[in-house]
Amino acid sequence: MPEVQLRKRVIVVEEVFHEGGPVAATPLRRAAALAVIHNPFAGRYAEEIAGFMEDLKPLGLEMARALVVALGGSAKIVEGYGKGAIVGQAGELEHGALWHVPGGYAMRELLGGAKAIVPSTKKVGGPGTRLDVPITHINASYVRSHFDSMEVGIADAPRADEIVLALVMTTGPRVHARVGGLKAAEIKGEDGLR
Amino acid sequence: MKSKIRKIVTFVEETHSEMGQHVHPPTRRAAAAAVVENPFAGKYEADLTELTEIGEELGTLLTERAVAALGIPGPSAESYGKAAAVGENGELEHAAAILHPKLGTPVRKVLGKGAALIPSSKKRGGPGVSLDIPLGHKDAAFVRSHFDGMEIRVNDAPRANEILVAIAVTDSGRPLPRVGGLTKDQIKGEDGLR
Repeated sequence: MPEVQLRKRVIVVEEVFHEGGPVAATPLRRAAALAVIHNPFAGRYAEEIAGFMEDLKPLGLEMARALVVALGGSAKIVEGYGKGAIVGQAGELEHGALWHVPGGYAMRELLGGAKAIVPSTKKVGGPGTRLDVPITHINASYVRSHFDSMEVGIADAPRADEIVLALVMTTGPRVHARVGGLKAAEIKGEDGLR
Repeated sequence: MKSKIRKIVTFVEETHSEMGQHVHPPTRRAAAAAVVENPFAGKYEADLTELTEIGEELGTLLTERAVAALGIPGPSAESYGKAAAVGENGELEHAAAILHPKLGTPVRKVLGKGAALIPSSKKRGGPGVSLDIPLGHKDAAFVRSHFDGMEIRVNDAPRANEILVAIAVTDSGRPLPRVGGLTKDQIKGEDGLR
């Protein structure tokens, strides 16, 4: 399998103080790590692509580490996560699916065995395409206060033969969460759901 | 603080390769953006002093954030720029009041010098509008390798009564500069131009 060729890395950190309601005692932080890599399968149909997942693992770990640093350096403050990919137009959606394993693995590894499935989304698009990366609680998918998302994108990526890979982490619930449902304090943490 | 900040977002971009050429060290740009309430939204106000004071506060805050995101001391920054997007209930002059009278001095204080004009752009727009922040060398506006720009956007800002204000700082010029002109090692740094 080809080695991962990196063109660009982007880190975005959002700090939300309020959204029209009371100013939060601790602002919500969302961070995204994006990597623009060459798509080794661009422009042709390749049957065997799965080996590239293994090649992406070191990059995934590096991105997850960069996110934890961007959020202050301790994995303990991370409460939500998500991932996504934007495949340039010479690639196919399936190439974006290569990110599921290495992206998820990287964050679980760093967050000490987070239990919930990492929510994800992907699409094919051109430079500047925006992606709404879904976010849920790292240990229990049904925690309603942590259903969230972060819009990401890069003006000059993905080019046709590139893929934008994204990992996202958050430090808490939506800033004015108040629609009930399972609370983070009520997590059993056995099945990754509740 | 005069500024009523809803949100702060920081962006870091690193370019590791361009057109197949390795960029070493990677060129890096950072931008810090604040979403603030527009005290004059929806009405004509002759005296815009409150906005100039907000600009002064943001000059310090956003420059410190951008430099911290790059992990460099302020004086190591090479180029800079600023921009603002006013929500639909404001006027372009509100952006001007934030950007032009008082924002520059604290920027230069954080960066140590800054003999050159801080290049700027402004617009009115809705949530998710893009800002192309112009970039120029901080001590000599004619350094051609550092003529650049950085696009940022915040998907939920500016709302109608808000202003999105951004400051961008780099530790480098374009990835593969080769169109001649004044180079950074030729800077005299006296008049802000050369």
